[in-house]
Amino acid sequence: MRTLRAIFGHGSGRIGGVIVSVYLLIAILGLFGLTPHNPITQFRVDRLHAPNGAYWMGTDLFGRDVASRLMAGIGQSFTVAFFSVAFATLAGTVLGLAAAWLGRRWDGVVMRIMDVLLAFPAILLALLIVTVAGPGTWTSVVAIGIVYTPIFTRVVRGPALSLKAREFVDAARTFGSSSSYIVTRHLLLNLVAPLTVQVTLALAWALLTEAGLSFLGLGTQPPAASLGLMLSDSRNLMETAPWLMIFPGLTIMISILGFNLLGDALRDILDPRMRRAPA
Amino acid sequence: MIYLMRRLATFPLVLLGVSILVFVAIRMVPGDSITAMLGTEAGLLTPAQRDSLAAYFGIDQPWFVQYWRWIGGILYGNFGISVTYGRPVLDVILERFPLTLELALLSMIIALAVGMPAGIYAATHSEKPSDLGVRIVAMIGQSTPSFVLGLLIIYTLSAGFGVLPAMGEFAPLWQDPLRNLSQLILPAITLGFAFAASVTRISRSAMLDVLSDDYVRTARSKGASARSVIWRHALPNALIPVVTLSGIEFGYLLGGAVIVEQIYALPGLGRMVLDAILQRDYALVQGAVLFIAFNFMIVNLLVDLAYVGLDPRIRLGEQ
Repeated sequence: MRTLRAIFGHGSGRIGGVIVSVYLLIAILGLFGLTPHNPITQFRVDRLHAPNGAYWMGTDLFGRDVASRLMAGIGQSFTVAFFSVAFATLAGTVLGLAAAWLGRRWDGVVMRIMDVLLAFPAILLALLIVTVAGPGTWTSVVAIGIVYTPIFTRVVRGPALSLKAREFVDAARTFGSSSSYIVTRHLLLNLVAPLTVQVTLALAWALLTEAGLSFLGLGTQPPAASLGLMLSDSRNLMETAPWLMIFPGLTIMISILGFNLLGDALRDILDPRMRRAPA
Repeated sequence: MIYLMRRLATFPLVLLGVSILVFVAIRMVPGDSITAMLGTEAGLLTPAQRDSLAAYFGIDQPWFVQYWRWIGGILYGNFGISVTYGRPVLDVILERFPLTLELALLSMIIALAVGMPAGIYAATHSEKPSDLGVRIVAMIGQSTPSFVLGLLIIYTLSAGFGVLPAMGEFAPLWQDPLRNLSQLILPAITLGFAFAASVTRISRSAMLDVLSDDYVRTARSKGASARSVIWRHALPNALIPVVTLSGIEFGYLLGGAVIVEQIYALPGLGRMVLDAILQRDYALVQGAVLFIAFNFMIVNLLVDLAYVGLDPRIRLGEQ
């Protein structure tokens, strides 16, 4: 609650918070099909209509309502972004904590595997995973999740190592606390702040990667709506129907902006070292 | 020196991991490379022809034999033969690499040339409207995906000025520098925009950090001019985060910019790997990924070494 109040007291946090909340609302509406029109229904007589009263953002080549497709696309993109970041957060936290707590050989093995994943070009790794498993929503979730796991592992391992060396951990050990208790109570709880910041920023990357994958035709498959795919389809119609490019483009951009602003604000609020130089 | 040796010693281990990962992953892609290469004509092959093709590309052997042969070949500089191009993998990669390298360099030059002055300006005008302006533009820049910006640039050019970006056959720099630059400048701006935004943000915050340090106050109180304080005292210390960010970003760009290459129809490394994955060109995917990972690690190492040059207080390898 205190953090929430702090976010809304923070300039960019307020803007980011509002943007993200509005998008969340649209995503929910899009996912439950509460759109002005059915996003995949083709109104053949109304093909390539410019924005008007009936179709707020115009129609596409097949006469589908762009606004409704955008809403469904936001729902789709947010689903992928949230689940993939949840995947990366969970996997990264478990691996990072294990590496830090178990130390020595485990630490070496886990971190070398993460080095391998980090040396692998991110988008190519995602592309490879998607090609192996076949394109689709849940493949994108796993692909993006795996790509971002090393980052979370690193974010968790570093601070966990220094927390492990602190007196309160020694004290807890002396009192006979079990390893699992110390790891979850003393380490994990102290990592909530850096993790929160990382999660918010990762959501922005995940949205970007998801849009990139579907732009290349390897994400959500047609006829389902997805922002990257809409943008990719707009390329050949750019001059006759610019709204097909402008609306999805702006939609992606503003959503990423929202998460970036929120992430920045959270970093200012939760990380006291950053307070000196808010950027 | 010891640090350098230790870092270099981890290279083979990480590359071994990358090689195993890519080797296994690409073989899990459904379908086989002969069908991918010949398309529907693959159906016309007799089993004997298919077997001899598989033997020619070495894909008739068990996995571990294939892997062993591949790794053994690499030690002699032989990355295998690309099924799609019918040529040595290394040749195909090295043919595409100059474009990718040039694009990465151009984007970085744009990013540093725009981002650093903007960041320093914002830091020295902290909390003034101009600082706010720079921060807003940088934030928007960082949130603009390259494919959105690329399409916007193409649209603005074609709708506003009736021109299209220079596409068609790619002209290497040493053959036709002018045409080469006209082909690469828009992709470089597309990639450099978000990069410049990150550079702006990081140099602003690094500069702000440094400007509040004691030695800067001392320099000021000794009567050093504002210019000298910024350029001689503050900037060298503020450079470290900028170098880190630029190095990492540059390392990523060396892996090819799949989407931007796609939008501007450029024959770079990124598109080559994408096509190779879709074509199940095992040898090419493996070779390219290993090549990209190696470059990435080298760039990271150079970044670390640059720290020492920038800040003699830093001793690498010490905790």
